[in-house]
Amino acid sequence: MKKQIAVIGLEMHCELKSNSKVFSPAKNSYSEIPNSNIAPVDMAFPGTLPVVNKKCIADALKMSMALNCKQPEYMYFDRKNYYYPDLPKGYQITQMADPVGVDGKIEIEVNEKLVPIYIHDIHLEEDAASLDHYFDTSTIDYNRAGVPLLELVTEPCMHSAEEAVAFLEHMRDVYKYCDVSEADTKKGQIRCDVNISIMDEDATSFGTRVEVKNVNSFGGVYDAINYEIKRQTELKEQGRYNEVEQETRRWDEDSMQTIHMRSKVDAIDYKYFIEPNIPKFKITSEWKEELKKEIPRLHLERKYDYINNYNLSNYDATILVKDKATSDYFEECLKLGIDAKTASNWITTQILGYINKHELDIKDLFLTPKRLKDLTDSIKTGTISSKQAKDIFFKVIETKKEIKEFISTDNAQISDKDTLTSIIEEIINNNETQVNDYRNGKTNLFDYFVGQVMKSTKGKANPVLTKEILKEKLQGG
Amino acid sequence: MCMEKSISELHELLKKGEVTSSELVSASLKKSHEIQAKYNAFVTICDDAEGGTVTDELVSGIPFGVKDNYSTKDVLSTGSSNTLNNYVPFFTATVVENLFKKGAIMVNKTVLDEFGMGGTGTTGHTGIVKNPWDPKRMCAGSSAGSACAVASGVYPYALGSDTGDSIRKPAAFCGIVGYKPTYGLLSRYGLFPFASSLDHAGVLTRSVLDAAIVADAMKGIDAKDMTSWDSKDINLTKSLTGTVKGKKLFYIKEIADVENYPHATQELKEHLANFKNVLKNFEKLGVKVEGVSIDQTLLNAIPSVYVILSCAEATSNMSNLTGIIFGPRGKSTKITEMMKEHRTLGFSPLIKRRFVIGSYILQKENQERYFKNAQRVRRLIVDKMKELFKTYDGLILPVSSGPAKFFDEGDDAIDENTNVLEEHLQIGNFGGFPSITIPDGFINDLPVGINITGNCYDDANVLNIAYALESTMNYKNQIAREVK
Repeated sequence: MKKQIAVIGLEMHCELKSNSKVFSPAKNSYSEIPNSNIAPVDMAFPGTLPVVNKKCIADALKMSMALNCKQPEYMYFDRKNYYYPDLPKGYQITQMADPVGVDGKIEIEVNEKLVPIYIHDIHLEEDAASLDHYFDTSTIDYNRAGVPLLELVTEPCMHSAEEAVAFLEHMRDVYKYCDVSEADTKKGQIRCDVNISIMDEDATSFGTRVEVKNVNSFGGVYDAINYEIKRQTELKEQGRYNEVEQETRRWDEDSMQTIHMRSKVDAIDYKYFIEPNIPKFKITSEWKEELKKEIPRLHLERKYDYINNYNLSNYDATILVKDKATSDYFEECLKLGIDAKTASNWITTQILGYINKHELDIKDLFLTPKRLKDLTDSIKTGTISSKQAKDIFFKVIETKKEIKEFISTDNAQISDKDTLTSIIEEIINNNETQVNDYRNGKTNLFDYFVGQVMKSTKGKANPVLTKEILKEKLQGG
Repeated sequence: MCMEKSISELHELLKKGEVTSSELVSASLKKSHEIQAKYNAFVTICDDAEGGTVTDELVSGIPFGVKDNYSTKDVLSTGSSNTLNNYVPFFTATVVENLFKKGAIMVNKTVLDEFGMGGTGTTGHTGIVKNPWDPKRMCAGSSAGSACAVASGVYPYALGSDTGDSIRKPAAFCGIVGYKPTYGLLSRYGLFPFASSLDHAGVLTRSVLDAAIVADAMKGIDAKDMTSWDSKDINLTKSLTGTVKGKKLFYIKEIADVENYPHATQELKEHLANFKNVLKNFEKLGVKVEGVSIDQTLLNAIPSVYVILSCAEATSNMSNLTGIIFGPRGKSTKITEMMKEHRTLGFSPLIKRRFVIGSYILQKENQERYFKNAQRVRRLIVDKMKELFKTYDGLILPVSSGPAKFFDEGDDAIDENTNVLEEHLQIGNFGGFPSITIPDGFINDLPVGINITGNCYDDANVLNIAYALESTMNYKNQIAREVK
């Protein structure tokens, strides 16, 4: 059998952040108490009407632009009609004919290489209610009904589970950078459908496509893809490729298998038509421009900027851009004139270590970039040593006091020239032998004298000044 | 009897203290029971309704009726369907709420054709509504109960809804005024949907002035209905000056000229002759009326376009009726069976047929041929009207092919045009145009109506023309009297 290539397309559903739901005034937030965040329209009481949440449209447009999609001239919605207990209206308000974005393209990084991903479309829709099934009953929780969802559909352009997961991770970061979603898979905020087929390496047309629905973790996506590739390849190897049918399957986490749901012949006709209760409205170029300004520089661009223009390692740059707040902190440091490497070291070791341990938000950290600048400046000028700086770092955060408070008191360095000179003169007088040896060429004894100064000052001597005075005194004589 | 008076007359009596709101409510409730016994116009009579405070609002303290497809808090709201025969909403439709805020008092909920689908007043789950002029005849529909009650003098006005002609045709058959404003002047929030792009809230009254007063009291942009618009600069009541000199109207020759009906019945001949006679009244008013010819093919398409679009939207709009959250729940323990049982037992055969048509039309393979084409033809019809509205202030046409029909009267139209004559009011729904029907005569002692339809947002002009025409005839504020 010829070498096989997998062809993968993804549908990624991501819940958007907003105060209220996409077509309803009910609160959009997760609640443990079932049916607590609901309005009459979420349960489709007769006579209720959808009202579009403008913020959700704005966020959808932002994402459309962030994915380099084309935006439609007019925004409107379609109805997708089907009966299911989790769908109270009997239809979902979504976008079919003219979605908020089409024909996009982005680049993602897979194993340190850039790979293009083509976006078929991105559209705004409402989530369904959630069902819980028990032994002989099922319950419906409408809290989720009407939660804004952005569905992103890629072209069949990926070829491995790694690539698919890298794309999902990339997108999760984009959502978070644009601050339109928490994009937390653990909270069920990202859900995926995966389309998988295989084909001969040199084939010109795709094989039979199998859709795997409702995969709710990135790990699940990875496993489901690999399972399907293996399943389809094995059937092909056995000459039974005709048994691969165009069908919808689901991923079963427990058995780690995909399971048949329905065949293409049973595909539902969703009877799409335009939603008459939401008037078409024009997306002005002014509004788009405004929204465009709100899209921050994304993580990949920042990462390559740090590597190429600030000489950071791929490793450090990756850590810095993982979270937008951290990256913003770093960039603020650069703006204040802290050396990139120094800032990076402080952030990746001390700061992230501290905030992770204490579960803090970097934005709330008392040690702001401005204070970090004071701290690193003090090291640079030799006012404090690196070791002292680390101690001060913790003290500043914990006591919420300024850096200088710790420099002038107990821990402060001896930076007074006269004081240091007299200490050094005393040491020189007490070490005649070593002084002579040094003057006769044993210059490596210099460190010995530094050590003596530190010993007598309990490490508080300003190292820069100490070296300066020592040099002068030793050469003199 | 007080309840036969107009809103402004009642308001004056209330203000002068010659009658109290409580007395009006009692009288209206008493009359409701009488009318219910005779014509079966109500789903619910609100016997616990009480008189209210009289303010400067014209509608304050005065009873009114509400079609049972409006959501009314704590009052059964069935849509005249078994699928909602136990549904008591916890919120009130915006237009009803607006009337409540102004002190109006709801005394009953009126019967309709199930969910507004149907034009006979015979498909409601509580039985047929009889015409107060002749109980052997229908009121037409779907706002049958509202038309019957207003014509019978239960109160000066009742709310209706109009998707094809559901306010304007029953108004004609019952000898009263039926007004459907421009789409979005009145909020649809709380109105049970039939076909959202065609559905209009509206009112049935016994005079144009009352129609203007009630619409003014109900209107206003509603944050809960995105299709509603800001009309604070419009005051319909004040626009009724009666001065219409220089206005221009047109009628469609293919619909109004008797020559187009080679097999016309005597009734139809009289109806069309009466129409032409009434047009002469405009001469005195200084209004010019012209006959305009419109492509017969386009006119013939009106009923089919309506059926296609309304059935398609209805299928989808009524998918929420599963009995899971509201309405009687099916007994099966399987959810799909539960839904099936609810819908099978709940809907009348007429509605089910429309759902089948709607589903068929929306199927992927049929959408282009039926649904999309119907949308295109709708656009053509609306464009044609808008073009004519550049020249004319409005379209004037006779309503239906004569007076109210007998319950057992077959659909025996021989002439193709009769179909268009029966259904042309749907043009008003296609374009969201303001449209008003007023009584314009009698045939065999039964009332017939005339309709004026104008351009969107031109409600004031349309009502003023109707107001002027009304003043040239003697049918204002008439109460139904049974023919022998």
